[in-house]
Amino acid sequence: MAVNRMFRTCPASGLLFHEPAEKLMRFHAVAAVVSLLIGGILAIGVVLTRWQAIHLLPPDLFYQVLTAHGLNMLVFWIIFFEMAVLYFAGSTLLRSRLATPRIAWAAFWLMVIGALVNNYSVFRGDSSVMFTSYAPMGAHPTFYLGLILFAVGALVSCFVFLGTLVVARAERTYRGSIPLVTFGALTACIIAIFTIAAGAIILIPTFFWSVGLIDHIDSLMYKTVWWAFGHSSQQINVAAHVSVWYAVAAIVFGAKPMSEKVSRGAFLLYIFFLQLASAHHLLVDPGLTSNWKIFNTSYAMYLAVLASMVHGLTVPGAIEVAQREKGHNQGLFTWLRRAPWGNPVFSAMFISLIGFGFLGGISGVMMGTEQLNMIIHNTIYVPGHFHATVVVGTTLAFMGLTYFLIPVLFRREVMFPGMAKWQPYVFGLGMSAVSLFLMGAGTLGVPRRHWDISFAGNPFPYEFPGAAWLMMALAGISGLIAIVGGGMYLLITVGSVFLGKKIVTPGFQHVRARENVAAIPAAAPVITSHGSIGAGGMVAPGTFVLAMVFLAAFVLYYFINWKYLSTVWPLK
Amino acid sequence: MSALLPPAEQVWWKQPLDRVELIWIVIALIWCLIMFFMMPYWHIYGKQNLSNEAYRARPEEYAKKAEDMIAKYKVREEGGDLKVPVVHPPAGSDVYLIARLWSWSPMLELEAGKSYRIHLMSMDWLHGFSLQPENINIQVHPGYEHVVTVTPGSPGTYSIICNEYCGINHHTMTSRLYVVK
Repeated sequence: MAVNRMFRTCPASGLLFHEPAEKLMRFHAVAAVVSLLIGGILAIGVVLTRWQAIHLLPPDLFYQVLTAHGLNMLVFWIIFFEMAVLYFAGSTLLRSRLATPRIAWAAFWLMVIGALVNNYSVFRGDSSVMFTSYAPMGAHPTFYLGLILFAVGALVSCFVFLGTLVVARAERTYRGSIPLVTFGALTACIIAIFTIAAGAIILIPTFFWSVGLIDHIDSLMYKTVWWAFGHSSQQINVAAHVSVWYAVAAIVFGAKPMSEKVSRGAFLLYIFFLQLASAHHLLVDPGLTSNWKIFNTSYAMYLAVLASMVHGLTVPGAIEVAQREKGHNQGLFTWLRRAPWGNPVFSAMFISLIGFGFLGGISGVMMGTEQLNMIIHNTIYVPGHFHATVVVGTTLAFMGLTYFLIPVLFRREVMFPGMAKWQPYVFGLGMSAVSLFLMGAGTLGVPRRHWDISFAGNPFPYEFPGAAWLMMALAGISGLIAIVGGGMYLLITVGSVFLGKKIVTPGFQHVRARENVAAIPAAAPVITSHGSIGAGGMVAPGTFVLAMVFLAAFVLYYFINWKYLSTVWPLK
Repeated sequence: MSALLPPAEQVWWKQPLDRVELIWIVIALIWCLIMFFMMPYWHIYGKQNLSNEAYRARPEEYAKKAEDMIAKYKVREEGGDLKVPVVHPPAGSDVYLIARLWSWSPMLELEAGKSYRIHLMSMDWLHGFSLQPENINIQVHPGYEHVVTVTPGSPGTYSIICNEYCGINHHTMTSRLYVVK
C-alpha cells in the first residue's frame, strides 16, 4: 500500500501539515465542538434549575440533563479535542507523516459511535446515573457500551500517536529530542493509556453486570477503580492543557522554555504521580486505611502538585523572558501590561493559567486533604473546583488554541474578530465566578447533584442559610454569563469553519515529500545566558512576584480550612 | 517558536537552571512537604479524623441490629404518618443508622459532649451522610459498616441530608438529629 506523503506548509505559521493528519485533526475538532454545543445547551437546564428562584426543570429531567451535560463536556468534548492535539503534536510538530491513517480513521469513527450510543442511553431516560454511574445504581447496557467503544477508539488513537513518534524517529524528521510540546502530549498519551485501561477494568464487568452475566458489583471496588479512570482522565487534561500553554507562549511570543530540564522534569512527575489521584474521591469512604488515603491523596507527598506549581512558574516565566528580550524590560510588570490582551489566543491562555492555578489548583488540594475532605465531600464545592480546572483551565486553553487553528488548520479567517477579542473574558471570568460562588455555597454545605435545596413538601426540611441561597443565585447569573461566552465561541468557530472567508495562497498545493527526507527544522538560536534582562539576579522577577502572591493565597486558604475543620464536632 | 521545536542544544539537560526556577522549586517542595505532614499531624493532634474501623456486613443483619436498638431506646415517633422512630441511646453506646432509598432511620437524639459509636451503612445504593449545618460529610456504602465515634457539640436541631446522588427522589432523603443537654 502506498504511503501518502503529501504535505503542505502553512504560509502564516511555517508549520508542515501531513494531508491525512490534517483532515483527521479537522474532523476531531469538529466532533469536539459539536459535543461542546450539546453540553452547552444542557448547561442552560442545569444552571436554571439550580438557581432556585427559577428552578426550571422537573427532577427526572434535571438529573437526566445533568448526566448528559457531564458526559458530553467532560468526556466527549475534551477527549475529541485532545486527540486532535495529539495528532498536531505528533505529526505536525515533528514534521512527520502520521502512522496508519486508516486505523486512525477507524478509531475516530469508533469514538463517534461510542459518543452517540452513550448519548442515546441517557436520552432514553433510564440511564440518569451521572458521569460517575456508581454501581449498584444501574444504567441501560448501552450506557457502558458507548463509553467502552469511545474509550477503545481513544486508546487506538493514542497508539497511532505513539506510532507516529516511531515513524518520525525512524525517518529522521527531526534532530535531537522531541519538542517540549510533543513531550507534554506524550505525557498526556501515557496517562491516557493508563486511564483507559482502568476504565476497561471496571466498565467491562459493569457492562456484563448490566446485561445480567455477573450478579454483583461491589460498590467500593467500583468506586475505587472507576476513579482511577475518572480522575486520571482529568490528568490527561492537565498534561494536555499545560502543553497548550507552552505552545501558545511559543506561538504568540516566540517564547523559549526557561529550561527544558525543569519543564520536562515536571511532566515526568505527572507521569509518575498523577495516577494516584483516585484516592481523592475515597477519603470519607469506609474500608480503606488512613495510610493508604494519605499517601495516595498527596500523590506521594504532593510531587504532582509540585509539578503543576513548576509549570505555573515556567510558562509565564518564559513569556516574561521573551517580552523582556524584546525590550519590555522596565519594572516588574511592563512585560505583562504590554502583552497582546486583545489577541484571544493569548488572553484565553493567560486566564486559563490564572484560573487553573488560583481557583482550581488551590481548591483541589483542599479537597484532596484527608481530613479537610470531610467538610467538602459531595458538596457543591466539588463542581466549583472542577469548573475551575476543567472549564477555565482546559476548555479555555483549548478555545484559545482554536483561534490559532482556524486560519492555520482550516484556512479560514476568523469571523467576528471583535467578538473573538472579548470571548475569553466573558467565558473565563463568567466561569471563574461560577467556580467561586459554588465553592462558597459548598462551604455552607449545599450538596451537589441535588434538585431542590428548599426541600419543599419534605417532612424534615433543612433550611440553608440565606448566604447559601445568595451564592447559588449568583452562581446562576455567572453561569448564564459563561454560557453566553460559550455561545460566542461556538458562533465564531462554527461560522468561521463553514462560512468564513477562505484563505487563498497563490501556488498552494500539497507537495510530495521524498521518502526518508529529513526536513530538518531550523534549530532555534542557542541562548546560554539571557544577557542583562530582569532584576535582582532573576530573569523573570515579575513572574516570581506573581508566584509568591499565589503561594501566600494558597497558604492562607489552606490554614483557614484547617481552622474551620477544627470547629466541627470531634470525630474519630 | 521553540517549545514547538526540538531543543536547540542537544544536551539540554546540562543547561544550568536560572535562579528564579531554583528558588521556586525549593519553596514549592517545602510547601508540599508541609501539606503532606499536616495530615499525619492531624491524626495525632487533631480532633476530627475518620476511623479506620469498618466491617463487611449483610443488609439484613445490619437492619436487625438497628431494629433491636430502636426497640430498646425508642422515645417517640415523628413525621406524622411516616412514624419515624426517634431513639435516645445511652452515651458511649453503639448507634445504628440505616440509609436506604430514600430515607434515614432511626432519628437520633444524642447528648451534647458525650461520645457515641455511630454505625453507618446503606441497604441498597450509595448514599451520602451530610450533617448540616455542621457540614460533616461521610460516604455510605452498601455492605460496608462504617463506625465513627462522634461527640456532638452544642444542643439544637440538626439535619441529615443525603448528598450522594441516589436516583429520582434523592433530594427528599432527609432526617433530623437532635442534640440535647
